[in-house]
Parts: sequence; C-alpha cells; structure tokens
Amino acid sequence: MPANFVPPSGVEYIRVLPEIILAAVATLIMVLEPLTPAPRKRALGYLALAGFAGALAGAAAAGWRTGPAFSGMLEVDGFATFFRLLVILAGLLVTLVSFPYLRREEAESGEYYALLLYSVAGQTIMVSAADLIVLFIGLEISSIASYVLAGYMRREKLANEAAAKYFLLGSFATAFLLYGIALIYGATGTTRLNGIAQVLSDPRMAPAGILTGTAVALMLVGFAFKISAAPFQVWAPDVYQGAPSPVAAFLAAGPKAAAFAVLLRVFMTAFAPLTGRWLAIMWSLSLLTMIVGNFAALLQTNIKRLLAYSSIAHAGYVLVAVTAHSEEGVQAAMFYLTVYVFMNIGAFAVVAYFSRKGERYVEIEDLAGLGVRQPVLAALFAVILLSLIGVPPTAGFLGKFYIFQAAVKADLLWLTVLGLLNSAVAAYYYLRLIVIMYMKEPGDSLLELPGMAVSTRAALWTSAAAVVVLGLFPALIR
Amino acid sequence: MNLLDAVLWLPLAGFVLLLLIPRERVRAIRQFALGITTATFLLSLALLVGFDRTSAAFQYETNLPWISSPEIRYHIGIDGISLWLVLLTTLLSPIGVLISWQHIDRRVKEFFALFLAMEFGLIGVFVALDLFLFYVFWEVSLVPMYFLIGVWGHERRIYAAVKFFIYTMTGSVLMLAGIIYLYIRAGTFDYPALIEMMMNGSLMLDRMEQNLLFAGFFAAFAIKVPLFPLHTWLPDAHVEAPTAGSVMLASVMLKMGCYGLLRFCLPMFPAAARGAAPWIVMLAIAGILYGALVAMVQPNMKKLVAYTSVSHLGFVVLGLFTFTELGTNGAVYQMLNHGISTGALFALVGFLYERRHSLEIEDYGGVATPAPVLATMFLITSLASMGLPVLNNFVGEYLVLQGAAQVNFRWAVFAAIGVILAACYMLWMYQRVFYGEARKDFSMRDANLREWAVMSPLIILMVWMGTYTQTFLPPITASSAAILEQTKVNVEFHVERQMPRQELANAR
Repeated sequence: MPANFVPPSGVEYIRVLPEIILAAVATLIMVLEPLTPAPRKRALGYLALAGFAGALAGAAAAGWRTGPAFSGMLEVDGFATFFRLLVILAGLLVTLVSFPYLRREEAESGEYYALLLYSVAGQTIMVSAADLIVLFIGLEISSIASYVLAGYMRREKLANEAAAKYFLLGSFATAFLLYGIALIYGATGTTRLNGIAQVLSDPRMAPAGILTGTAVALMLVGFAFKISAAPFQVWAPDVYQGAPSPVAAFLAAGPKAAAFAVLLRVFMTAFAPLTGRWLAIMWSLSLLTMIVGNFAALLQTNIKRLLAYSSIAHAGYVLVAVTAHSEEGVQAAMFYLTVYVFMNIGAFAVVAYFSRKGERYVEIEDLAGLGVRQPVLAALFAVILLSLIGVPPTAGFLGKFYIFQAAVKADLLWLTVLGLLNSAVAAYYYLRLIVIMYMKEPGDSLLELPGMAVSTRAALWTSAAAVVVLGLFPALIR
Repeated sequence: MNLLDAVLWLPLAGFVLLLLIPRERVRAIRQFALGITTATFLLSLALLVGFDRTSAAFQYETNLPWISSPEIRYHIGIDGISLWLVLLTTLLSPIGVLISWQHIDRRVKEFFALFLAMEFGLIGVFVALDLFLFYVFWEVSLVPMYFLIGVWGHERRIYAAVKFFIYTMTGSVLMLAGIIYLYIRAGTFDYPALIEMMMNGSLMLDRMEQNLLFAGFFAAFAIKVPLFPLHTWLPDAHVEAPTAGSVMLASVMLKMGCYGLLRFCLPMFPAAARGAAPWIVMLAIAGILYGALVAMVQPNMKKLVAYTSVSHLGFVVLGLFTFTELGTNGAVYQMLNHGISTGALFALVGFLYERRHSLEIEDYGGVATPAPVLATMFLITSLASMGLPVLNNFVGEYLVLQGAAQVNFRWAVFAAIGVILAACYMLWMYQRVFYGEARKDFSMRDANLREWAVMSPLIILMVWMGTYTQTFLPPITASSAAILEQTKVNVEFHVERQMPRQELANAR
C-alpha cells in the first residue's frame, strides 16, 4: 500500500452507489441462477428490475452529493448523473421488453439479466470517469457484457455471427483506443482528463503535435466504433440484425449513449486545447455518418437493419452537436440522446413483440395491415416513427432543433443545411414503415398475432409518452 | 383564453373526444365530426363581431410562454388577412365532413379523427405569431393530410402521399434552417417583435443574409403554393386524394404557401424579395400559362382541376410580387376565391365520382339532362373559376392584373392570356361532361339534400364576393398596406430601385 494512501470517505461510496448496486445485484443473480428451477427464472428478472430501480435511486442520491471520488478517478457531476440515469433507465426498459421475449424463445436465464446489469454498470463508470484508465475499464466492462449478450441465442447462426463480428471488431477498436491512451500518457505524463488539458494548453509543456495528433486520432477511432460513426459503422447492421431484438435495442441505447458521453467529456475537456485540430475531422465524420446512415437505410428490407442504419444516422446528428463544441452543443447532444434512447427502445419493443418465435417476422413487408389489426400499437409506433423523422411536436423534432441551433450558433451553416436535408431523406424510409402498417392489406404475418405482454406494453407506452411529453415540455430534462 | 384560442383548440378537443367513440358507431362518429366542425365555424364567425376592420394590428392576441430555452411562446393572433383564411378553413371543414359522409366507408373513425387534427393544424398555421409555433403547425397539418391521401386515396395513393410528404418536408427543413438562423441573429421567434426590430433598425440583415434566408423560406412556401416548376407533387396528390382531401388541399393547404410568402418572405427580407421579384414573376406567369395549357388537355377531371390550381395560384404569386397595394389585395382576395371555387369544383367532381365511379371525362356526357341542378351548380362554379364578372374570381384577377400593369404592362398581358385559357378549358370540360347525348349506361340522380348543403354556401359566397367586395376587402387592405409598408424598410436598395421607377413615371 503506497504511503500516501487515503481511504475513501463515506460520501465517496455514495457517489458510486449505482455501480455498487448494479454489480451487487448482478452478482447475486449469478449466485441464485443455479439454485433457481427453470420455471421460476422470471424471478431473477424481477430482481434485475429491482436492481435497476435501486440503481436509479442510487444515481439520484449520488447526483445529490456531487464531487470527485476515489482520489479523483471518478467525477460525479451533473453531466455524469444525467447519463447515469439515462443508461440505467435504458437498462430498465430493455429488461421489460426482454421478459416476454425470453419466455417466448424459451431462453430465460439469470445470466442474461446479470450481463445486462454488468453492462450498465460499465456504462455508469464510463460516464463518470475522470481518468482515461477508469474510462477504459468502464468501456471494457460494458463491451464484454454486450458481446456476450449479442450472441445470447447461441444456437442461432446469425447470433453467432453477430457476436463474433462484434467481438472482433470491438476488440480492434478498443485496441486503437488503448493505443491512443498510451500515446497521450506518453506525451503528457498523465491519464487524468483535466491534467491532460492542462499540459496541452500550456505552451511551455505542450508535446509534439504529431504525437498528440496521432493519439487523438486513435482515440477517436475507438469512440467512433462505439457510436457507430461512419466509416466505422459496418458492424452495426449485422450485429443488430443477428442479436435478439431486446439486445439490439440495448446496444443502440445504453452503450451508445455512454460512448457519446465519454466522447463529449474527453473532447470537451482533455482535448479542448486541440479543438482547432479535431474540428474538421468531426465535421466530416458527422456528415459522412448522416449520409451513410440515411442513404443505406433507404435500401433496407429488414426492420432491424433499417433501425440499425437509422441509429447510425442519428449518431451523425449527435456528432453535429459535438462539432458545435459549445455549451449548447453539449446540452443538445444530451437532450437528443435521451430522446433517441426512448425512440429506439420503443421501436425495438415493437419489433421484439411482432417478430414471433425465432424472429420470423422481421421484414418491413410483414408489418402490412398492423394499423387495422392493432390500431393502438400501430399508433404508438407511428408516433415514434414520426419522432424519428423529426416531425413536431414530438421530441425528435425538438432534439434536432436544439442540435442545429447549436450548429448555426457555431457557424456551421453548411453542416446545418446538409444535416436538415438528410433528415428529409430519412423521412422516406420511416414513412415506408407507416405506409406498410396503414396502407397495405394485412398478410400472413398477422395471423395468430398474440396480444402484447404487459411489460412490453409498459415499455412501449413509456417510450411513446416520453417522446410526446418531452416534445411539448423539454424543460423537464434540460 | 379568448375566442381565437377556442377556435383553434376546439378541433383538437374534438380529435381527442372522437378517439373515445367506439369504432363501430360510424353514424355517431360522422355526426360528431360534423358537430365539432360546425361549432368551430360558428365560433369563428363570432370573430368577425369584435374585429376592428380598419386596423392592421394583430387582434385576439394570446401570448403565453411555452418553452423557456430557447424562448418559444404560444403567441397567436389574427389580422385582416389571416382572419379570412381562418374563416375559409373553418367553413370548408364542415363541408369536407359532409362530402366524406358516404364517400368514406372504411376506417371511418380514423378518417374523421385525422380530419379534425388537420383542421387544428391548418388554423394554427394562420394564427401563429411565433416562428417556431408556426413551424410546428406547418408540420402538424402535413401529417394528417399524408394519411388521408395514403389510406383513403385512389390507386396510386401511396406514391402520391409519399411524394407530397417528401416534397413538403424538403422545403420545410430549409425554412427551419432559416428560422434557426433568424433566431440566433435576433434572439427571438416572436413575429411582431422581429418586424418591430426590423422597422426601427435594431435588426439589420445584410443583403447576403437576406438572400439566403429568403431562399430558405421561399423554398418551403414555393413548394407548398406550388410555384412552377415545383408543382409536380400537386397533380398526383390532388388526383389520388379522397374528395375531402382534395378540397382541403386545394382550398386551404395551398394557401399556407401563399400566406407564408406574404407574412414572412416579403416583410422580413424585403431587399431580397424585391431583388428576386422579376424572376419569381416570370415563374408565376409561366405557371399561369403552363397550368392552363396542361389543364386543357387533361382527360381526367380531377387532374384538370388540379392544373387549374397551378394556374390560379400563379396569379396569387404574381400579385404578391408586384409590391403594389392592388396586387397584394388582389392576391389575398384570389387566395380566398380559389379556396371557394376550386373547393367547390373538387366537391362537384367528387359528387360525379360517387355516381359513376370514374373521373375520366369521356365516361360522362349529357349529365345535364338527368341532373339539371347538379349541372347548374357546376356551371356557376365553372364560370366563377374562369373569372366571369359578378362572380368572385373576377375581382381577384382584375386586381392582380391591374397591380401587375402598374409595374410592368407586359406582365399583365401575359397573365391575362391565362384568363382566356381558363374559359377554354372550363367550358370545354363542361360541354363534354354535361351536354351531348345522355349516356344510357349509367343512372345519374340529381343533387340530394347533403349536396345542396355543401354547395349552397359556396355558391352564395361566389356571388357575394363577386358583387359586394366591401364585406371582405377593407380588413385585407388595412393589413396588406401595413405589410407593404414593412417591405420598404431595411434597405439600402431604395436608392437602386428608385431609378427605374422614375423612368417608368417619365415614360408614362
């Protein structure tokens, strides 16, 4: 034990309360798993639900006692609390969607829920990290759990492919990130975010431009992979398609939001002195991501792939906010990510429900006539789709509005115009879903459509309601 | 909460309540929709009572905070122009419900729910005085129309609906970029405040900014009007829409574009607007002639009427961009006229369709013999549409032409050719459908009570607006004069523009 070791104080434990709760409940579930008979596995799910609820409370408590923890390794501020609440909420909604899904696929087990909890714990660590090493650990906890989740249906070919691809490419990206961290440590002698900023902004200590530039580029590659920004997006459609629908919902929500939080924190604090150098890259990254996501989505016939490309496109919009690199930009990104989590989980909840056993019905055409057979469900889905398009008064519109407002304020006029035109392109493929739901005659896919389970219904209603309410009263979270 | 709020929110309340009616009770749903739209119309008539007809100020204002950051307010109010457009909307809504009474026989609940939501959006567009709020209503009105066309339309409905949505969306995102820019420049979305700042010089947009902003707003409005050559969505949407959809689309929705030009493009970016005016007028005249010529050769009645809209709305744009009082008044009057007479035409074509299930002109002939009342209604409406004196369109077209002649006599000459062509295509269609040998292969009943109820208010208005303009023009004049006044500020360009005017006067 080093001589200058100071044991953490009580308040520092409060600041990591959500992580403690999540990890403890996850471990408890792992212990209980072999002791629980197969028909009663659902109880473990309820336990996970309680864990998420507890973690929400814990995050709120931590947010009430803001400050650093563990000698500055973690920084629990408003930003961290916001994202902690968001990723935990995403985990909770995904758990709700998973209940009937796992029962239907006869794949209920404790480890699914445990992995979900671990992954979210990793994300909460990521978003509150004030040190690159902690950040990396959080990212790894989150990623490794998600790799396993993606391949959870281990007898499905596509799921195996998804998991393998996700794991291989993900490890590659993490390696890039780690390499970047190593270089920046070599250049600045520290892994603390504000320490790095200090060194970089001090002209007497500033390291060679080539070194820091390489480090920033390598780290950006790592993050770009996690947020599925083009040209590092190729894994996303395959993984989302192969992974079970609730897991796909989770991948597009939690890990993505957390990765964005980290991206924002690192580039707005540690690399703020280098803004002039990464801005042009971010600009092109965001434009390319929007274009690739939206135009590729136009050609999709599989709903899960379509939603994957849509999630790429939405990452592009958030990157516009990052490119604005301002207070407004950060706020806009936070608002948009929140809205996106709801839209995305709502949409995947419909897919998870509609696909039936073995995910047989995941083509867009299969939705034909849903508007007639299940008018309420279709209406909720339509609200979510309209929000994804960005039609007022939904939150999706307001989110875009905030992002592009920040962009215009940062003089990114062309990016604004191109981004907005992109969202007009996006209208086409979301409308196609609506067209098929409402304007086509029902086909075979609607025979023997069971009712929607209460928990999925709860997740869908929550998402749709959030999309509308946040659209009308954004002050609730801003 | 004043009268205008009630007019705006009643349709939305109706929308919510209608969702609660069980879907099997089709009759109750229809009656409820009719009740709500009629009540809205009566309420909106009451707006006339307390309206100061000589003032250009916004009346019945409500101004409440909505979203705090950025500051977006629920600010609504009407002046002499939006007053009539609101009334047009509320008048045509019960008519639209009546038209759909039997025409819509499946998914009735959804249809009328969406119809009410659309009325809410349309009224909102005309009363919003906050740019953000305006944009919200602009898009809110788009979604129900998309569903009306896509679900209840004819064969190519899906293509038409998606095309309609994408076209409009593309235009409106450009407007959104403009709105955001304007907000960052001025710090407010409030329309009267913006105008005030521009009038007293505390907000000066340079020529470059004006041009770009004008382009953004103009893209949205020109697509909606639609101005030639951006009109291609219109024939598809009109032809494929169910009758009530066509009526609302032609009568009210196209006015959103004209209204936007007049309300936002002209007074907020006057230098750019005046600079672009000659080009826009060219397009407007091209639209007048092109629309008329294409209408002439249409074998399909609905398509014919759709192309007449392109032609008639060319007059509106021409009038607006003359920057004369006569032209502007005429343009606004023409907006209302087109709403009445083209709405009536679409309704009549819909009545014919209900009887014969065809929109092709060649499937008809001699209809006047079995259905003389229907034929008379159609004749009056056709005459109104082609601009016969004593009927409404004449007044608007005359004012526009005179306004155009004041600026450039050649504009008036070319536009007037459109009036002549209008007589050709309308009378020719009338002749082919109603005269000639009565066809025996189908039965044609005459107008029933419901159709009387639809047509009589419209025909009364055609005559009223054609003979006694004093009812309608004074509030329009007051407001358009104020807008014209606003188009003269914020300009170094006074100097550059004064010259040709001087020469014009000398030449006379």
